[in-house]
Amino acid sequence: MAKHKTPLLDQLESGPWPSFVSDIKQECASRAKNAKGVDYQVPADCPDDLLGVLEMSYVDGETHWKHGGIVGVFGYGGGVIGRYCDQPEMFPGVAHFHTVRVNQPSGLYYTTEFLRQICDLWELRGSGLTNMHGSTGDIVLLGTTTPQLEEIFFDLTHKMNTDLGGSGSNLRTPSCCLGQSRCEFACIDTQQLCHDLTNTYQDELHRPAFPYKFKFKVDGCPNGCVAAIARSDFSIIGTWRDEIRIDQKAVAAYVGGEIKPNAGAHAGRDWGKFDIQKEVVDRCPTGCMKFEGGKLEINNKECVRCMHCINAMPRALRIGNDRGASILCGAKAPILDGPQMSSLLVPFIKAEEPYDEIKEIVENLWDWWMEEGKNRERLGETMKRLSFQKLLEVTNQKADARHVREPRHNPYIFWKEEEVKGGWQRDIADYRKKHQK
Amino acid sequence: MAFISSGYNPDKPMENRITDIGPRHFGDFLPPVIKKNKGKWAYHEILEPGILLHVADSGDKVYTVRVGAARLMSISHIREICDIADKFCGGHLRFTTRNNVEFMVGTEDEAKALKKELNGRKFAGGSHKFPVGGTGAGVTNIVHTQGWVHCHTPATDASGTVKATMDAVFDEFVNMRLPAPVRIAMACCLNMCGAVHCSDIAILGIHRKPPIIDHEHLDNMCEVPLAVAACPTGAIRPTKTDFQGKQVATVAIKQERCMFCGNCYTMCPSLPLSDKEGDGIAIMVGGKISNRITRPAFSKVVVPFIPNEPPRWPSMTKVIKKILDAYSKDARKYERLGDWANRIGWERFFEKCGLEFSHHLIDDFRDPAYYTWRQTTQFKF
Ligand code: SF4
Ligand code: SF4
Ligand code: SF4
Ligand code: SF4
Repeated sequence: MAKHKTPLLDQLESGPWPSFVSDIKQECASRAKNAKGVDYQVPADCPDDLLGVLEMSYVDGETHWKHGGIVGVFGYGGGVIGRYCDQPEMFPGVAHFHTVRVNQPSGLYYTTEFLRQICDLWELRGSGLTNMHGSTGDIVLLGTTTPQLEEIFFDLTHKMNTDLGGSGSNLRTPSCCLGQSRCEFACIDTQQLCHDLTNTYQDELHRPAFPYKFKFKVDGCPNGCVAAIARSDFSIIGTWRDEIRIDQKAVAAYVGGEIKPNAGAHAGRDWGKFDIQKEVVDRCPTGCMKFEGGKLEINNKECVRCMHCINAMPRALRIGNDRGASILCGAKAPILDGPQMSSLLVPFIKAEEPYDEIKEIVENLWDWWMEEGKNRERLGETMKRLSFQKLLEVTNQKADARHVREPRHNPYIFWKEEEVKGGWQRDIADYRKKHQK
Repeated sequence: MAFISSGYNPDKPMENRITDIGPRHFGDFLPPVIKKNKGKWAYHEILEPGILLHVADSGDKVYTVRVGAARLMSISHIREICDIADKFCGGHLRFTTRNNVEFMVGTEDEAKALKKELNGRKFAGGSHKFPVGGTGAGVTNIVHTQGWVHCHTPATDASGTVKATMDAVFDEFVNMRLPAPVRIAMACCLNMCGAVHCSDIAILGIHRKPPIIDHEHLDNMCEVPLAVAACPTGAIRPTKTDFQGKQVATVAIKQERCMFCGNCYTMCPSLPLSDKEGDGIAIMVGGKISNRITRPAFSKVVVPFIPNEPPRWPSMTKVIKKILDAYSKDARKYERLGDWANRIGWERFFEKCGLEFSHHLIDDFRDPAYYTWRQTTQFKF
């Protein structure tokens, strides 16, 4: 028997898409039955109370969660989000319902052995409810009480050899696409780079010392599956700077209809016969392709590596061999001044272990931002306030036409004194010798 | 309940303490075929909706069956996923960045059998547990935030709006018949902790009433200067007021300057702004992240407000369906939603989608607004 009546939520059990309501109910039933005789360390009926308080929000049209309090584990300033219900008498099971962020493995592969350990931990010490995964990428364990936090941390570190993720004004848990593990487009080993950055910067991840949050995201190619360019202060995106490798036999097979175009991605509609001229050559944003006499040619010097032709004919066209990454910085959601995407800072950098060149840029950036950034100011806002020129200066990069979409629209240049012959110090008496008052 | 110790000793927190070890290395978790061929994949193909084939230079093949999932997931469900992975996939699986689950097997027959098995599993309430799909030119799973399930600032629910939307567009999840992929994202307040600002379709919770000031508690619960500094439009100033005959330090808000971001509430719990009538949803469209053909782009607000209609948000799903249907009918192959709108012109976009244009949709927030107005005589009648 359900603890609370939830007529509104019950309407979300029908329809084809997996119902989170049905899933929470199945957890309620499992905890009520307790077949394994678990000595639940937080109220056994907390999923019931979560449904109860959520139903109340569905009736009220307002949330019933209070601000997060400051809770956490000793020595860490992040990884746990305090959460309290504003109707604790009605829903005692979720009166205290803190979130624990567990740092995900790069690329989100798991063994069932590890996932079962997480499940056992969260059955004993939490609500049995999770997010797989949170927006930033963490495994989010939803709902526990303060006395359990150190116990959870001890179990994670001692029994599962894993750690918490980030929250607050610190490095947030870095994330990446699955990269070379299963994608032929990956120009860099996103997983290794992400893992390495995460481990190199454990202190920044666990102990808030930044003006605001800071995110790393690593995409293996310009297709951008983890949205690095939109969602990270420091976006690393795989690319190459030599030639797209062409297999002319496979090109012919695409043209002849022997290979499904677009790796089958458009197979659900009859778009007519694959037309390499119309669909690939004419769609190339720089017009740098030619298909003549059954042969595909690419003027690689003019290619901007948009990925279209490679996505359309993955068996005929492959990424180049001289691979590395572009680094862009400053993306953020609209709060406060409007949305920003990352801006290109380093057109090409090799991304090989131990990634010293990349880390040097990161650390220079941090030194500057920690010194100059205002409270709750994202890197992209500091960049905007203090100029791209300043960013180049602190990261030791040389200005390059690739840094801009187009040159400035105004001539209000902040010339520096040393750039002007003779400097700025002049004598009015000298001036007056030539010019009367 | 008896307290069960993990081994942690509260009297000596530093005893045997392990910290700063970071996540497990991904190498511990890769299936053997993935580990062996890492960095040496030749090509991939989507065999049918939800089934991917990856072929390595070595000739090795891996078949992936992708299923949708609710991001809010119980351990009972995760254990069922583990049971499936143990039975079919040698104890390995992965999640995607968009909350899908992927099961990897060695042959096409196994993949097809697994697809059937997965599509057959249902929750007690009747919905799919593991709908197979989410590949190619279709709608894949929605990335989203916490909503009424677990956050203090939402203007709507996340899990519910996502469930209602995915039910409405489910046919596009299990098919690949759109002109290009359509990425939907959901964030339940302007904070957008799940940044949705570059999505083909973004569902966004918005407030429309300025904060209520809890004069009685404000000075105790908040740092007044932080609340003042939090407001991006400078609408908040410190002041003193009479509260039950007592002078209290508090703030005053210039209401006409408020754009309802909730930033002040995040800094000061005495400035709540949630409201049943005030809160609801804005729809943004035309953003993208990939560099394919055109540049990454921001989403644009095309519907300023839709009231919250829990549990199924019918007006919202109707709008989303309308946009998706117009796009599907009219766009050219490879054109993302925003590319289509740019080509036909936004005036046509509103016409074709049957959406009303109102003054709310003209940007008036700071400098960049000017550049979104029309500085040409090229427009359509
Ligand atoms: S971003 Fe590129 S390399 Fe990474 S998974 Fe996507 S397509 Fe593959
Ligand atoms: S990657 Fe893009 S720019 Fe380069 S040749 Fe192919 S379509 Fe043209
Ligand atoms: S988008 Fe806003 S309301 Fe929603 S979970 Fe994030 S911070 Fe909370
Ligand atoms: S909601 Fe935003 S704009 Fe309105 S008063 Fe608060 S901080 Fe200022």
